[in-house]
Amino acid sequence: MAVSTTWVFAESSEGKVATITLELLTKARALGGTVEAFYGGGDADAIAEQLGKFGATKMYAADAGDVLQGAPVAAAMAAQIESGNKPDLILFGQTYDGRDVAGRLSAKLDKPALTNGVDVSADGDKVTVQNAIFGGNTLVQTAFAGDGPFLALFRPKSFAAEEGGGGAAEVVKVGVPDTGTAGQSKVLDRHVEEHTGPKLDEAEVVVSGGRGLGAAEKYEMIEQLAKLLKGAPGASRAIVDAGWVPYAYQVGQTGKVVKPNVYIAAGISGATQHLVGMKGAKNIIAINKDKDAPIFSIADLGIVGDVHKVIPKLLEALQAKG
Amino acid sequence: MPPHMNVVVCAKQIPDPAAPGELDPNTKTLKREGKLILDDSDAYGVEMGLQLADKAGGGEVTLISMAPNSEVSGLRTALAMGAAKAILVSDEALQGTDSLGTAKVLAAAIKRAEPDLVLTATESTDGYTGVLPAQVAEILGWPSITFAKHIEVADGTAKVQRQTEEGYDEVEASLPAIVSVTAGVVEPRYPSFKGIMAAKNKPVDEVKITDLGLSADDVGWKGARQEIVDVSPAEERQAGEIVEDEGDAHERIVQFLEKLKVI
Ligand SMILES: Cc1cc2nc3c(=O)[nH]c(=O)nc-3n(C[C@H](O)[C@H](O)[C@H](O)COP(=O)(O)OP(=O)(O)OC[C@H]3O[C@@H](n4cnc5c(N)ncnc54)[C@H](O)[C@@H]3O)c2cc1C
Ligand SMILES: Nc1ncnc2c1ncn2[C@@H]1O[C@H](COP(=O)(O)O)[C@@H](O)[C@H]1O
Repeated sequence: MAVSTTWVFAESSEGKVATITLELLTKARALGGTVEAFYGGGDADAIAEQLGKFGATKMYAADAGDVLQGAPVAAAMAAQIESGNKPDLILFGQTYDGRDVAGRLSAKLDKPALTNGVDVSADGDKVTVQNAIFGGNTLVQTAFAGDGPFLALFRPKSFAAEEGGGGAAEVVKVGVPDTGTAGQSKVLDRHVEEHTGPKLDEAEVVVSGGRGLGAAEKYEMIEQLAKLLKGAPGASRAIVDAGWVPYAYQVGQTGKVVKPNVYIAAGISGATQHLVGMKGAKNIIAINKDKDAPIFSIADLGIVGDVHKVIPKLLEALQAKG
Repeated sequence: MPPHMNVVVCAKQIPDPAAPGELDPNTKTLKREGKLILDDSDAYGVEMGLQLADKAGGGEVTLISMAPNSEVSGLRTALAMGAAKAILVSDEALQGTDSLGTAKVLAAAIKRAEPDLVLTATESTDGYTGVLPAQVAEILGWPSITFAKHIEVADGTAKVQRQTEEGYDEVEASLPAIVSVTAGVVEPRYPSFKGIMAAKNKPVDEVKITDLGLSADDVGWKGARQEIVDVSPAEERQAGEIVEDEGDAHERIVQFLEKLKVI
């Protein structure tokens, strides 16, 4: 048995563990060995039960206060490792804080970090991370050489989150070493963009619009359609960059990864960076006036047509059905 | 606020992303041959750096790039936009360097430039590890703020709006600091004719890793301590039915959704 202890960098928001963390814990269980969580924040007790349910027997909690997590959490992890409490493998989400902590820890320990993983396996003492490149059409397996702990980051939705039935994780509060100014990126204020309906990365139906909509005000069609289907509206980066919709709507490599039951792409060409964010949908419907648009190569139902004609009629038909 | 604000912008030079990517059959890494261009993602950093130096009332933008074969095409683009000079790290020994190795190189080059602020993109177009800014910051012992969508510098501190899952955070760090900027935060200027001409004579200081005090063991394949063991095609998603809209395509969508019991 190769992996005897795996750590998962745990993230949460308002007392609720992030889905990516639950996914990583589930995967960590499958690798065998002990699964432990490492958390940066003051509300460890509030999430110990959720973490336990998904397999963490213990959670290390480092509370650095209202600063960015990267430097202090990496320093707290490194301190544990240096004191002999050393995991074989540490899993991070390819998230805002995940990248910061993993990057800092990688430099601190002088260990490589494998990024954008979609799967991981352990065979003997060889740990291999799988990546999907070229918009997901090529898989690359990379094995760590040298000694652990091995650091790897995974894209959200790479694993299904399943409970393992454990009790609350034992909370072990650990100190945060002084990191000087490096650890002093102070968070002064948090702004939450309001939205209604299901969250983009949790919705069963996602309706995304792209540059083919032609104008910002046409995005309303997308929102209406999403609402009628009890789904969430999404977007390509082209219209996020154009300022039509907030960044939070973006699907793709630099946005959200979604795996809904149904994904509707309207006026989206299907650039590889968009595809990596939605290829995992069970069913894909694409509406595009260019019959050669790459999006059609992965659509279950492709409509070669004008979004300004097809969508209004679709809205009408759905409204008529009640 | 320093009357002079010197900004380093990390500028990656990459193969044209419009050309389909290819793996080298021997090394199983991305082919990075031929002419390279400035990574679009870094054009935002260059623009932001120019604007910040301008607002500070003085100072300049120094580019730092690590690239094979003494490549400068991408750097010339950024110099034409208005950057003052560049440090280019090009060395045979860098073949196969991973993000940590790159971070060691960039950090060493940054030390040479002694800037007040370093800007990078949140991730590069061809490598997109996204961990590099944090690695560089840790090596330098500096604060970092990633995913910036707005930056203000005053009185030796950077105030940044950092993109989050729910919206954005207002974050502050003392300088020197490293900040990674998201795409679309500013509108990168087009190089003017004058800028393009001027860029030809701007200094590009080309260095080897030993000039930076690094050894071949820190970088390259050896430094990466990882091995690509397999490359295979992913299971392809098959295209389904393609229908030309003749005024009734919406009905096909309704049927499709009914079949899936979504409606
Ligand atoms: C590092 C990097 C990261 C990136 N990350 C992302 C990401 O996370 N997400 C993302 O989406 N992109 C990302 N991109 C950008 C990506 O490469 C594409 O530029 C982008 O996805 C294009 O958006 P689009 O499909 O809306 O626009 P376009 O490519 O311009 O496509 C518009 C489509 O609309 C069609 N159309 C036009 N008019 C109509 C009409 N009336 N009816 C129907 N169809 C019509 C056209 O035929 C065309 O296919 C990234 C790029 C880089 C370099
Ligand atoms: N070889 C390089 N030369 C200069 N800057 C780089 C290089 N590699 C990465 N960077 C910078 O670091 C950012 C993140 O890169 P990456 O880790 O590849 O996602 C890039 O967007 C650049 O700003």
